[in-house]
Amino acid sequence: MWGSRISQGNTFVDLVDTDWKKIAMATPEDLQFQEFEEAAQLLSANPEAVTRSARDLSSAKRERERESVRVNVNLSEEEGEEEEAELLSGQKKQPNFWSFDYYQSFFNIDTLQVLDRIKGSLLPLPGKNFVKHHLRNNPDLYGPFWICATLVFTVAISGNLSTFLLKMGDPQYHYRPQFHKVSVAGVSVFCYAWLVPLALWGFLQWRSSSNPSVTSYSFLETVCVYGYSLFIYIPTSILWIIPFDWLRWLLILLAMALSGSVLVLTFWPVIRDDTKPASIATVTAILLLHALLAIGCKMYFFQTATQTMMPVPSLAPPTGNPNITLNQS
Amino acid sequence: MAEADEASKPLFAGLSDVSISEDIPVEGEITVPVGSPSHDDEYSTLDEPVKETILRDLKAVGKKFGHVMYPKKSTTLLRDWDLWGPLLLCVTLALMLQGGSADSKEDGGPQFAEVFVIIWFGSVIITLNSKLLGGTISFFQSLCVLGYCILPLTVAMIVCRLVLLGGTGTASFIVRFIVVVASFGWSTFASTAFLADSQSPNRKALVVYPVFLFYFVISWMILTFSPSHSDGATDTGP
Repeated sequence: MWGSRISQGNTFVDLVDTDWKKIAMATPEDLQFQEFEEAAQLLSANPEAVTRSARDLSSAKRERERESVRVNVNLSEEEGEEEEAELLSGQKKQPNFWSFDYYQSFFNIDTLQVLDRIKGSLLPLPGKNFVKHHLRNNPDLYGPFWICATLVFTVAISGNLSTFLLKMGDPQYHYRPQFHKVSVAGVSVFCYAWLVPLALWGFLQWRSSSNPSVTSYSFLETVCVYGYSLFIYIPTSILWIIPFDWLRWLLILLAMALSGSVLVLTFWPVIRDDTKPASIATVTAILLLHALLAIGCKMYFFQTATQTMMPVPSLAPPTGNPNITLNQS
Repeated sequence: MAEADEASKPLFAGLSDVSISEDIPVEGEITVPVGSPSHDDEYSTLDEPVKETILRDLKAVGKKFGHVMYPKKSTTLLRDWDLWGPLLLCVTLALMLQGGSADSKEDGGPQFAEVFVIIWFGSVIITLNSKLLGGTISFFQSLCVLGYCILPLTVAMIVCRLVLLGGTGTASFIVRFIVVVASFGWSTFASTAFLADSQSPNRKALVVYPVFLFYFVISWMILTFSPSHSDGATDTGP
């Protein structure tokens, strides 16, 4: 292509002259400032046929993208970003499901973004939807996965520590690592964090197919929201080591209030246009399952004094021996 | 054939002055000399005595142990990766965690399979995580580094078992605690010295945190190891 142009020699100069005239008469839409090479600029003012043959499709795509970016420059920043993201994502070729790049697109995230999303899950601001405000079309799997993994080990270790602290005074107690609780914690946390979003996403998809005003988030965004909402339970489970029952219930209420409201704020705008019973039932189910996880963890891993000391009186000799002391927490 | 091309490309017109006379025969050998015949031709590693093979691998493993104990930014660990060292360390650690209180199969410490799975599965997941975040380190190199950096924790396990022979009181707990915390810090520091360079700076913390969690869990397993008591009367039921 270039070879033929060079061989034309003098005609190139003529081309230059005619092109400048065209540029002077052209409307702003014709002038595309895509490439920064002089020859490319001149070519771009030419009729489309020459342009297409001189370039491959990828650079033509880049032209369209930059076109779309410049068109959106007058809009507000928030909307502009969303539209641009939509346009760009529509043109990006989706990598194959079985290729490594497909999964790499879910880890396209920096440290600061992860920290920002964690903060967003802890502090619900009314009007700021977690998905729209924090995820911004870039859901990641790093946060949900590692928050779940941390939660599993935190709950198991804290439960073990609290049992140890509880029974420390008992001379008959021999410390046990209770490692099997890690498996139990692992299964329950990962099931909650992956199956509940799946069910919720499926439900929303079904409702949105029958009721067009009900929109739905993508599966990844749902998983992302649920994963980040579990973060509050990590410090909660560490604080549960303190052996006061009323404190544990207070912490549950606090955690539920914070992360539950983040979940509700995220899903309410999506479901509120549905029929009254359906929307109320959905929100109630979300909150109920969230609370169930917390209460279940507390009851299984963190035992209170009255629960563990129950079987002791039956084993004691029935002489009413005052040597039996019950530890009151 | 050169002349035929020259006719169609006027750009190469200058070269048409070069003529190849047909009188001069153009011949020669195309084979590229290999250089000195390699040692392997006469003596492949299949023929060497078994002792030499084993010693060579052991020396490589030993050298890497040295690198882990004194972590400097050398690329030897990464370049010549091998998985013998991690396997050795993993099996040793899992076996040493076995002699614990086994009165109840439910309440005891981790089983052999649980330790094995946590170490290998954990390493694989951390490596995948690092690669998905855009790391430049290869899969097996990362497994190699993570496995070798368990060495300080294995040493801590040996020390803990020796300390536990002396008793299980508070003093022994404090000593064990200090030893385990020190080796946990050493392991994490050693592995991040090798792994963190392969990531972009604004994702380093994302890669280091799972490594931290991994060694924390292993340290927890080591610290909570409690030996079995000789008298069964003190054991409380599940």
